[in-house]
Formats: sequence, structure tokens, C-alpha cells
Amino acid sequence: MTHPSDTGPAPVLALKGISKSFGAVRALRDVSLELFPGEVHALAGENGAGKSTLIKTLAGVHRPDAGQVLLDGAPVVFHGPGDARDAGIAVIYQEPTLFPDLSIAENIFMGRQPRRALRRIDHRATREATTALMKRLGVELDPDRPARGLSIADQQIVEIAKALSFDARVLIMDEPTAALTHSEVARLFGVVRALRDQGAAVLFISHRLEEIFDICRRVTTLRDGAWIASEPLDGMTEDDLIRRMVGRDLAELYPKQDVTPGEVALSVRRLTREGVFTDVSFDVRRGEIVGLAGLVGAGRTEVARAVFGIDRRDAGEVEVDGRRLTNGAPSTAMAAGLALVPEDRRAQGLVMDMSIERNIGLTGLGATVRAGLMDRGAERSRSLDWAVKLRVKYARIADTVNTLSGGNQQKVVLAKWLATRPKVLIVDEPTRGIDVGTKAEVHRLLSQLAADGVAVLMISSDLPEVLGMADRVLVMHEGRLTAEIPRTDATEETVMAAATGRAA
Amino acid sequence: MPDSLTRAVRWDTVVGALFVVVLLLSFTTVDGFGNALNLSFLIGNTLPIALIALPMTLLVVSGEIDLSVASTAGLSGAVMGALWNQGMAIETIIPLCLLLGVVCGLVNGLLVTRLGLPSLAVTIGTLAAYRGIAQIVLGSDAVTDFPSAYLDFAAGRIGDTFVPYAFLPFLVLLAIAVVALHATPFGRSLFAIGAGEEAARFAGVRVRRQKLILFTVTGLMSALTGVFWALHYASARYDNATGLELSVVAAVLLGGIDFDGGRGTLGGAIAGVFLLGALQNVMSLRDVSAQSQIVVTGALLVLSVLGPRVARQIAVARAGRRAATAPDPKTPAPTS
Repeated sequence: MTHPSDTGPAPVLALKGISKSFGAVRALRDVSLELFPGEVHALAGENGAGKSTLIKTLAGVHRPDAGQVLLDGAPVVFHGPGDARDAGIAVIYQEPTLFPDLSIAENIFMGRQPRRALRRIDHRATREATTALMKRLGVELDPDRPARGLSIADQQIVEIAKALSFDARVLIMDEPTAALTHSEVARLFGVVRALRDQGAAVLFISHRLEEIFDICRRVTTLRDGAWIASEPLDGMTEDDLIRRMVGRDLAELYPKQDVTPGEVALSVRRLTREGVFTDVSFDVRRGEIVGLAGLVGAGRTEVARAVFGIDRRDAGEVEVDGRRLTNGAPSTAMAAGLALVPEDRRAQGLVMDMSIERNIGLTGLGATVRAGLMDRGAERSRSLDWAVKLRVKYARIADTVNTLSGGNQQKVVLAKWLATRPKVLIVDEPTRGIDVGTKAEVHRLLSQLAADGVAVLMISSDLPEVLGMADRVLVMHEGRLTAEIPRTDATEETVMAAATGRAA
Repeated sequence: MPDSLTRAVRWDTVVGALFVVVLLLSFTTVDGFGNALNLSFLIGNTLPIALIALPMTLLVVSGEIDLSVASTAGLSGAVMGALWNQGMAIETIIPLCLLLGVVCGLVNGLLVTRLGLPSLAVTIGTLAAYRGIAQIVLGSDAVTDFPSAYLDFAAGRIGDTFVPYAFLPFLVLLAIAVVALHATPFGRSLFAIGAGEEAARFAGVRVRRQKLILFTVTGLMSALTGVFWALHYASARYDNATGLELSVVAAVLLGGIDFDGGRGTLGGAIAGVFLLGALQNVMSLRDVSAQSQIVVTGALLVLSVLGPRVARQIAVARAGRRAATAPDPKTPAPTS
């Protein structure tokens, strides 16, 4: 393997020929990886490619069946996460686990605070140590501030500071940006660059390819548990990387079909929710995919909630196929042919403890009824039908949805709503946190739905997705609709200009 | 059948088996337990718990609770006594009492659904308030001279059998509750609300309406229980049914209804009710003091929260072993 000599002579941490099986499942097969100080290294692969297993092997959670972990060139065996931490390896997970009522300083030094006489905690020393850590990271965070109320990005920065306090030399970041906004990602990346420049080795995992290209120097790709390549990102394109991950060309990531829009299916007029969004009017026609873009907090999700009736609107009208919707009543919106795939699939899209069958069945309680009683046969065949149509991967339809992967959970949410045969489908961040293969499937599905005459409103923070899929792009900025851009004129520049309020 | 149900069914079996064991032990070792008269007492004395347990089960499945049920029953009995003293006809009084129960339930339901207050807190408040109103209405009087036809119906049994008259209408109500919870879209939505209220709302379930209905029906059934109590014991006092909520909640949880909502069956709840009733009957026959009986009920309450969890963990562990040895998990099995 070659790498530029200026990154230093030897890898700080390396995996050689690692294999790991769980029962009959071979999660990792002969995987090698080298992490150099002062370098951010990307780990790419679809869900189920073995990324998590690899991270857990590095973190001492799993012990490999074969192969070696080398620390500074010498083989080591981690008997548990404590060993890995003592060796200077820290993992930052997607969802930070801080104590909300403790201060930043207390969180960082939890369980090992500096002591004064009589074993009392030395608050001043704790605070000073925290300030020093924050300075190294180049951020300003008050050590006395409680963790509650910190943005997720700041919580992750606290986790990084905690890792530094353990003298971590290797930082593993498992999808840290999945829940972050654009500006928060920038803030986090600032910290990661500062660490890199101080000589830390960083392993970075993200489904957002542009982030990988932004911050990483080299990438290791896994597919189905096997090592595919380790190579510099210089000179690679996103398509190259996708081909490595998926094993085939994915020209069809945005398989948008051309359609001639039909009559108006969803009409929103002067919709207002005080203090949240104001005077929002737009139409979506049959066969159209309309993208709704904007920064996080611009009010896009809130508009969708008010249209569907989860929240009450203070003013304005919503019509579906010419039928005016009752204010604040999702059940009448559903009856009129409206469906909403919500942004938070774990809390809003699915009842995690219920079966796939019952989750899909939940939108059909009115339909699978005979003489007032549940028709269980009809309920089951409706659920099976849609689970199969959307190619949900499951063992039994009676399994609870929390046993499924994120992408398959999202397919269950889509199945649940497509089973209502909607005329208008609103999807809010339909591909967040799911791998590129499933993402392409979702896009193909949306395109097919539109071709079949469904009106689709797609809210997404994934700009390439909006540009690739939408016939028209609506842009919101600070609670107002600021632009409507036809497909031919929509570029990253025009959309971002409107989203940040710079539009003419 | 979905996992949540099979797991609960397993705990149902435990409670059912426990009930059989208690019955067998009581038949063989407790003098005076097995005769028809005592058994009819057992059932009659358990009916108030059973009547309220029906709506309580639905309420707990949907993630809520009502602790004011015993006070509503007491208030209903007190109003019944006061109106009877005024000379009103019993045929007018009983519907009025039931209407009062509806109002009590509506108040709870509106406080919970419109103001978004936690039902535990709201109904502890109305537990005190309704009991207080009962005392204001009737003072410390005891009204006993209700028409004998009503008293006979509430306290009597069919011939020499162990079946009280009042058991028959209860069976009808039980059947209605079972169907409502386990075979209607309404019941399905209650499980969804209990297991994931926000997701239920996003799926178009009218969460607040369903809850309001449940609280209202619970008030109605509590008032009905108050009427039954006053007639069954031929005594309407403001402190009728005091502490009954403890028995109801203990019995429902003992029957495998998850306190966090979303899980359980009515069959289990009713098994829990009659298990508790049998224990209380045996303790009375053995001259165990009322105070000690409350201790036992309290202990059962703790046990009943613990038991299903342990059972579920065993079930999960077993499912894990089964999955590890399953031949081919790829085919979606149309099993139940």
C-alpha cells in the first residue's frame, strides 16, 4: 500500500487480515486497514458491509477470529473497551451519551474528577482542565454549562474533548454528522481538522459522500464484509466511490422519469402558523415531484405537519383533490388521499415495539374491517403485500420493526403509507441515514409513484437528491417561501442562495 | 401472532396456572372454601374489582391510568343514598348516578387530553376531590333501606349454585370489552397509542378522542360499581369502596398488562382479578386482618410489575436460542 511520505513513517493503528463471524454470518473477511497520524481516513460501505463490526473490533468490543491488531507496529489484543481506551483509541458515536443535568466539565471528567483533600472534588481544577481541552479543539464552550440544551454537534465536541482527556491518539467517528445541520458539520469539521493537525489519526464514517471528499485524505471501502480497496481520495469521483461500495454502476441513483404534470392534487394557500412560518402557498400536480429545500429550521417540516394536520394552522387553506381539509385532523387528511412519511422514523414513523404487520396495518384500520371487527386475514395480506412490493428484508412479518436495519425500517414506513394508495405523498427526509443502495431504491420508487400519477412533495436536506429528483424546487428561508426554481434552472448555487436569503 | 402478544400470553399462562394452584390449595386445605355459598361470596366480592378492571385494562394498555375509580364509585353510592333519602325513585336515581360517573370520567379525560397533564397526577387529585364531595353529599350517614328486589339481585345467587345473579351481566360486559380491545380497530389503536403515541398520531389515530372515550367509560363503570357496591352490601356510605383502586391496579398489572402501555390481554387481566379475589377470600376465611390483606395486595402489586418482565426476559432469551438454531429465516412464514 502506498501513501504520501509526509504523513509520517508508520501507522499508529493497523488491522491485518481481520476476520470475524457471528454464527454463520461472516461479518468481516480478511480486512486490513492502516491509520496514520495526522490523517483523516474514511471508511465507506453500505449498511451491513461490516463497518460497525470493524469499529467494534478496533474499540475492543469484538475480538477477531483471525488476523492482528497492530498498535505502533506491535500486535495487541484488546480484552475489552477499557484496553482500547487505555491504548489511546476513542469512539465517538452518532448519538452522544452525556448526562444532561451535569455540566460539560463534569461530563468530561465523570468518575475521575481531580480531587482535593478529603476526597472532595476539585471543581476549579476540573474547570481549568476543561477550558484547556476546549482551547486545543479551538472551540468556545463554557465548562459550567449543563449538557442539556447543547446542540448535538456541541455534544459531540464534548465527547471528543472527553476522548482527548484520555490522551486518545486514534479517534473513530461513527456517522457523527447524520443529525447535524450544515453549519454544525462545519463546526465539527473545524475540530476534526484541529485534531488532525495535532497529529491524531481519525477514522471517519458517513453516508454523505461529499463530506468524505471534504475532510478525508484516503478511503477504505468494504462490501459484504470484504475489503475492496484502500486508496487516496485525490482524483476519485463520487461515482468511483459508489461503484466500489455497491459493486456496480449506480447511474440510476437519481432515476427521474420525465412526466407531464396533470391537474393540481395538493393546493396550499396562505398557510400560516404564527412564529413558525408565514403565508406559504404552493401547488403540487399529479405526476410531479416537488422538492422543498431550505436550511434546517427554515420551517419545511413544520409546513408538512400543518398540511397533514399534526399541528393546527392559524390561517390558510389546504385542499387535496379539491377537498378542503379540516384543521388539525390527520385522519381526514388521510381520507382525502394525503400521506406523510415523517422525518423521525423511530418516533413518528413507526411503533418500534410493534410488528411489521401491525405497523403497516396501522394506516389501514378503517380498511381491513368486516362488520366492525378487524379482519385479520385482510390485515395480514395487506401488510405482506406491501412489505414484499417494497422488498423489505425481514425474517417474519410478525417480527418487531426494531429488529430491522434503518433502510428496511424506512421501507416499512413507505409501505405503510403506500398501502393507503395516496393521491398526494409528502416525504420528509426520505433517505436520511440509509445506505446508497436503499437510497437508489427509494428514489426509483418515488419516481415510479409520480409516473403513476401521485403528487409527491419531497422535503430533503440532501441537495443532490433534491436536484436529482425534483421537477421543481421550492425553497424556504426563515419561515417563508422564497423561491420556486424549475428543474432546468435548479443548481446548488441557485437553491443555496435562496435558502440563505441571498436570492434576488 | 406478534411477539408482544405471545409474550403476554406466556405470562397469562403463569397467572392462570397460579390461579388454578390457589384454587386447588384452597379447596383442599381451607375449611369452608369449596361450598357454593362461599364461592358465590368470592365472586360477588370480586365483581367490583372485575367491573372496573375492564376499562382500566384498556386505559393502561393505552399508557394511561385512573386512580379516582374507587372515589367515583364512592361518590356514586353516596349520591344514590342521598337521593333515596330525598324520596326519589330508584329507577331515576341509578341513571343519574351513571350520568354522574360519565361526568367524573369526562373531567379526568379532559384534564389529561386537553391540558396534557399526566393521568397519574390528575386522578390522584380527583381521587381526593370525588371522595370529598361524597362526604359533603352524604355526611356520615349510612343508607340501607333500598328496595329489596334490588338488594336481592345484587347480593343473591341463582338457586343453590355458586353463580351470583350479577355475574351474568358482568359476563356480557366482559365479552364486550374483550371484543373491543382485541378485535376492533379501536382496540388496535389503543395498543399503538400505548407503545408509540407519536407514531400513532402520525398514522391518523385520533389519540385524544380515544383517551377521552376511555376515561369516560371508566367513570361510567366506576359509578356502576358504586351502585352495585351499595346494593350488594346494602349500605350506601361516603367511604364505600375506599382503596379499591389499589386492588384494581394490582389485579390488572398482575394479569400482565404492561404499566408502560402497549402490551397485555384482557384474559390475563381477568385472571389476575380472580386470583386476587380468591386470595382475599381465603385470607378472610383464615381471619387475616383487613390491614394485613392490604399488605398482601401491595406485595402482589410489586410482584405483578416484576413478574411479566422476568417472563419476557426468559422469552427473549429463548427466542434468541431458537433463532440461532432456526433452519431458514429467509422465508416470510405465514404463522401465528
